[in-house]
Amino acid sequence: MMHDAMNLLREPALEWRGARRVLPVHSAPRASAAGRLATIPGVICPQQGGRAGILRALLWLLPAVLLLLALPAEAIDAGTQAAPHAAVAWWVWPLALFVVCFFMGMIAVPAGVGGGVLFVPIVGSFFPFHLDFVRGAGLLVAMSSALAAGPSLLKNGMANLRLALPLAMIASVSSIGGAMLGLALPANMVQTALGITILGIAGLMISAKKSEFPHVPQPDPLSQALGIHGLFHDAISGKNMPWQVHRTPAGLVLFLVIGFLGGLFGVGAGWANVPALNLLMGVPLKVAAGSSSMILSVASSSATWYYLDSGAILPIIAVPSVIGMMMGARIGAHLLTVLRASVIRRLVIAILLFAGVRTLLKGLGIWM
Amino acid sequence: MENGGQPEQLRYAAVLHWTTLAGFIALVITFAAYMLGWLPARVPLERLPQLWGLSTEEYLKATNTPTGWSWLFTMNQGDSAGQIGIAILSGCSIACILVIMPIYARLRNYAYLAICFLAVAVLAASAAGVFTRH
Repeated sequence: MMHDAMNLLREPALEWRGARRVLPVHSAPRASAAGRLATIPGVICPQQGGRAGILRALLWLLPAVLLLLALPAEAIDAGTQAAPHAAVAWWVWPLALFVVCFFMGMIAVPAGVGGGVLFVPIVGSFFPFHLDFVRGAGLLVAMSSALAAGPSLLKNGMANLRLALPLAMIASVSSIGGAMLGLALPANMVQTALGITILGIAGLMISAKKSEFPHVPQPDPLSQALGIHGLFHDAISGKNMPWQVHRTPAGLVLFLVIGFLGGLFGVGAGWANVPALNLLMGVPLKVAAGSSSMILSVASSSATWYYLDSGAILPIIAVPSVIGMMMGARIGAHLLTVLRASVIRRLVIAILLFAGVRTLLKGLGIWM
Repeated sequence: MENGGQPEQLRYAAVLHWTTLAGFIALVITFAAYMLGWLPARVPLERLPQLWGLSTEEYLKATNTPTGWSWLFTMNQGDSAGQIGIAILSGCSIACILVIMPIYARLRNYAYLAICFLAVAVLAASAAGVFTRH
């Protein structure tokens, strides 16, 4: 998934590059990493010029692209019953998928959500592919993004392997269960449940709080036995802050549920991993985001194997999606230098609400 | 962050980097070969718009596509070759966990050794098709 981790963990380098390019010479080199991290998302510099304009234009093209893509699908759906999708050349769809995923990747990273959570409802609602194949591709998109971000997260210490492994193991078991159920249930039932879940995720994004550095007075016995703790370098204060976790048994149960939902809907689970790690277990926000990526990469693997083994991953759908999302994510990270993160987040919430309603209505047979 | 310096974490990162890179390269090359017709497609590309709206079960029946690992034996066909990159990416986590197990064994950290063993067992069982109905 273009994941919370990718957002948070790419920020320092990206914002450093952004600052070097767009800020006055005297301010850029002296600004501390923490200062740049704190200020850039909310600052739009007048010197940004043409590149910023292009990025903004690209961003606002997304809704138009989605609507344009929805039109042929709708028109075709309303067309002949015998060969509903034969009117459009075969290559139009993978190309359109690549373009849409490119735009989704652009907004997923700066909004701090995973690509999978946008991919499945949008592609499942507006493209002519069966939901089975969309969910298979969604899992691959989520897994690929998490894998790509993994090495730097681990090397920088933004992800903690000892925190991630037990949770990933639990989530990988339940994600297989989710995948099995997803392929066994009728598509309209899964689509309806997906629509409700996507609307729930949008609600979570609107209401969820985050704690940069949660207070954990006492680690629980299980986390102590497993040695789950670390030292977080706070760039703002320049201090090394020790962290520990609590409520580990509750966290394991919650990751069982999260893994199941990820496998069932193919949406990945960054949207749930980070709040669970941060708010429930008390993991510092950036370590939670990085470790979430590691959990996702392992948990999605087990479900992806199930989809692949069942023949539910078509390369013609999955590969353009992965490539488009990865390319868009690289551009999307630069968006933080020209647009407020809150603006992009609101756009993503609006898209999720629209896609969630569309998915729900399609599942209920009201808006086919 | 001190955990970035833990030996198992660094080894995991190194293996993850190379396996992911290999997976992406395989994904792009095989897909290009599939799309450009360098490898013939078992299911003609022109037919796909009539098939990708079917459920997995219906699609497999309509195209007589084998499931499981049988794609390995038809790698000369574009649609089967496209699966190799996906399989490599899906297998990255197994490789990464396997290489850190000796470190936990050396550290006598049996709790994490057991967790790694269970994680590999789950992933390998899923990859082997233990949970799949064929």
